[in-house]
Formats: sequence, structure tokens, C-alpha cells
Amino acid sequence: MRYPWRRLLLFLAAASVPCYWLYLGTIAALGPDPGKVLVDNLGEGALVMLLCSLAMTPLQRLTAWSGWVAFRRQLGLWSFAYAVLHVSAYLYFLLGLDFTGFTAELVERPYIAAGAIALMGLSALAATSNGGSMRKLGKRWKKLHRVVYPIVLIVLLHMLWVVRADAGRWALYATVAAVLLLARLPSVERKLAGRGRAKRVRSID
Amino acid sequence: MLIKIPRRSDCRESEVTPEALYLNRRQTLQLTAISVACAGFPLMAHAQEWRYEGVDAADAPAWFDAKGDKARWEAVVAKGEAITPYRDATHYNNFYEFGPDKGDPAAHAPKLVTEPWTVMVDGEVANPGTYSVEDLFAAPRLEERIYRLRCVEAWSMVIPWLGFPLAELIRRLEPTSNAKFVRFETLARPEQMPGMRAGFSLIGWPYIEGLRMDEAMHPLSLMTVGMYGRVLPNQNGAPLRLIVPWKYGFKSIKSIVRISFVREQPATTWQTMAPQEYGFYANVNPDVSHPRWSQARERRLPGSLFSPNVRATLAFNGYADEVSSLYAGMDLSKDY
Repeated sequence: MRYPWRRLLLFLAAASVPCYWLYLGTIAALGPDPGKVLVDNLGEGALVMLLCSLAMTPLQRLTAWSGWVAFRRQLGLWSFAYAVLHVSAYLYFLLGLDFTGFTAELVERPYIAAGAIALMGLSALAATSNGGSMRKLGKRWKKLHRVVYPIVLIVLLHMLWVVRADAGRWALYATVAAVLLLARLPSVERKLAGRGRAKRVRSID
Repeated sequence: MLIKIPRRSDCRESEVTPEALYLNRRQTLQLTAISVACAGFPLMAHAQEWRYEGVDAADAPAWFDAKGDKARWEAVVAKGEAITPYRDATHYNNFYEFGPDKGDPAAHAPKLVTEPWTVMVDGEVANPGTYSVEDLFAAPRLEERIYRLRCVEAWSMVIPWLGFPLAELIRRLEPTSNAKFVRFETLARPEQMPGMRAGFSLIGWPYIEGLRMDEAMHPLSLMTVGMYGRVLPNQNGAPLRLIVPWKYGFKSIKSIVRISFVREQPATTWQTMAPQEYGFYANVNPDVSHPRWSQARERRLPGSLFSPNVRATLAFNGYADEVSSLYAGMDLSKDY
């Protein structure tokens, strides 16, 4: 495994953030509605992790360092983990574990349905984020994992439906996502690759 | 077997005064003693007099101090409900003129200048004009009303307000028979309201709310100048706001600068912005969902990680006995 220490560092950093939020919640530092804050933070955290995982390949192409892609899987799995915590917090804090009418909610509320679809997509990706699945699926693995692009769009839609009067934060994420998705267009990809190669060659010289 | 037969003079446990109440009585006596002792030192008396825990000291205008002494305390109470701590009610609320986050009002509103303050009264009314807050509050005696507040975002609080019935004010202003609705307008002063200067806001200013005349005349509708026994903090709508306890919180418009008596139903801010989400009436109704979330339950704040404090929402926020007759014959699933 390449870069074991950096991977461990990333793991500890990503794991400590929700622990820190929980700690803030227990000392009443999240305000009078800590459950809502946790639900929102975990949701945003999942989106940030997802965008980070999507940034690894373009960074690999763009910069002289070829190590970026080694962190892609972990970032993707963290996105899934945050998303699962986000849903659990929603069920506990916002529904009070009262599931009467929850199926109706799923059908009636487009943003909950969108979130559920995104979570199902992420689960499929998380379940196949291992060497065994990659070997077994072969070429189809790459095809399957391209589902991440529509997932990002669905997640952004999910968030847009939730924000009310101020869409500033959402616009920031949407811009980042747009840049990352553009970076995957074949023509842009070739240009990035050319630049990265040039830098790598220079750094070898 | 031991059978204990109580004597007739024995107190039953249910008759014992709860300790909190007992202490409260003591505290009241102490406070009385202190305020008597401090009568010669008005400033000191103020620092001691708060009726609720954790209340920030306030520089109330003189007219408010004069009224506060004669207020009818606990004129309306919320039976069996714990009052939300002052800190939560003043540091977690919506006031989009100061920013989109719940902490923004408390962070930015202190810079708002609320003195002097005038309210323009116009429309179908015999006594139009520009009134100062002192004028509006000169006659009536303030009363304290402890109301549940249900936000459309599915959280709720219990808050002791200070004010007088809106009906009294309306009677003094003498609307004509053409007046079918009352329209209220919030201050719009971008230089002191950073939320109005944000680029991404979807709201059109000034903020507008309104009531049907019979709703405005209902005895529960309160013109409010104070909370927790003190003058309103800026973030909660100083110096003058409306409280309509059976409707979602956004109907209870803050920092009012204009009251208009109109013939037609006014175009209110949230209803104009998202008519499929927010109706003109906005009565608290567990059976009519917001398109994005259920209104069947609410989080009574403050909650904690260990008790989310989720409870069932009541029709008309628990004031159905008093107000449901206002809506007889209406289909409230359509007129939400």
C-alpha cells in the first residue's frame, strides 16, 4: 500500500470531525437545536467528502504529484459513512424515531426521495469499493462507478430543496461540482493530462 | 399488615407546594425586599429585578420602564409547559434582515437603532398618521402572556411576551368599514441590516405580513414590546412586534414600521415567494404538511443529544378552543 501514514492521517482527520461535533453537542455548544445542526453538518460533510473524492483524479492529472488517487477510495467511503450518519441523525433527531407515515414522506417529499436515491447509489459504490469487486466486475466496475456523477447532481438537488432563503453555500458547492464535472470532459481531461505530464517531466529533470 | 389511615388534617402529597414554586415565592419576597431597598438607586434596582433566569440587562426606554412596573404579570400562562430559557429564545431565531442563520439576528441586530421609532398608520382608517411607539403604548396597561411559539420549520418554544391586545390599538385607530385586512411592514434599513445586503437572498424587502380583520381583533393577538419581563431585544423584533400564537412564527412580524388597513388580502412575503409552501393564513396545522417536511410533529427547544424532545403538533398550536370558530366553514387544507 502506498503512503500508509498519510492514509492513516486522512482516516483520523475524517473520523475526528463527527466525534468533535458529537462532543460539542454533549457540552451544549451546538445551541438549542443540536440535532438539526448535526443532521445539517453530516449532510454537508458527506457532500464535501464526495467532492474531495471527485477532485483526486483531476489533481493527479494537473499536478506533479501522482499520489492523489491513492486517497480516492477512502474519501468516497467517508462520504458514504457521513451520509449514513446523516440519515441516522435525521431519523433520531427530526423524526424522533417515529416512523408512522415515513413511507408517505418518502413518496411526498421530493428532497427526501432524492436523498434516498443518492444514498442507495452511494451504498452500491461503497459495497464495490474493494479489490475483490474491482477484479470481479472488471470493465463493468468503471462503468458502475461513473454513477458518482449523477449522484453528485442528485445530492446538490437534495440540498437545494432544503435551503430556504439563502443559497450562497449551495452555490459554492455547485460551482465546485461544476468545475469537477467539467474536468471530466474528454477534451478538458486531455489538456489537464498534458499539463500534468509536463510538470512531472520537469520535476524529474 | 399495616394499614395507614391518614388523619383528616394530614396533607396529601399532591397538596404539597412544589419546591420550585416555594422557592419562587421566596425569591419574589427577596426581590421585593431588594427592590424596596434599591428604590433610591434606580440603576441598581434594575440589575436585580429580572423575573427570569439569565436575562441580559437592557437599557429600556423610559416609557417602557414606567409601564413595566404596572404590568399584569402572567395574565395568560401555558399550563404544564416549561418556559424556554431566555438565552435560547434570544439567540436562536429567524430574522432574515440580519442574515440567514439562526445566530445571525443575535450577532448583528444589536447595531440596529430603535430610538426614535415611528409607525406609519394609513389606509382605511379614521386616525391615520405617524405615531411614535410611546404614543401607541401610552394608554394600555402591559400584560404578560406566556405563549407557545411554533415555527414553520417544525421547532417550537414557550415564551413570556409583554404587550397589549392588538384589538385595543385597532379600536383606537378606528378603521372604517372598508378595512377587511391589516397589513404590517417591517423596517428595511440595509445599512444596519446585513442580511438585506447579501447577494444570494431570495427574499423581497420590506417584509410584509397581514391578518384578516377578525384575526387581528382576536384577544389572543398581541402587540408586543417585551419578553421575559424586559424590553424586546433587537433580534426579537424591537421595539414593536406582533405575536399571533395560533399561527406559524413567520406571521408574527417584527420591528413594525407601518400598519395599513386595507380592503384586499395583502400579498405577504413568504406567500408571495413560495405560495405552494406558505399560505396567507399559516395556521398551525398538523394535518397540512409543508411540501418539504411534515408538520405533524415539532422539536420543543431546547433539545439535547439525549432527548430530541420531539412531540406532536396541536391544531392551532393548542389554541383551537379559542380560535377555530374564526375559520368555520373554511377548508383549511386549501386555505393553509
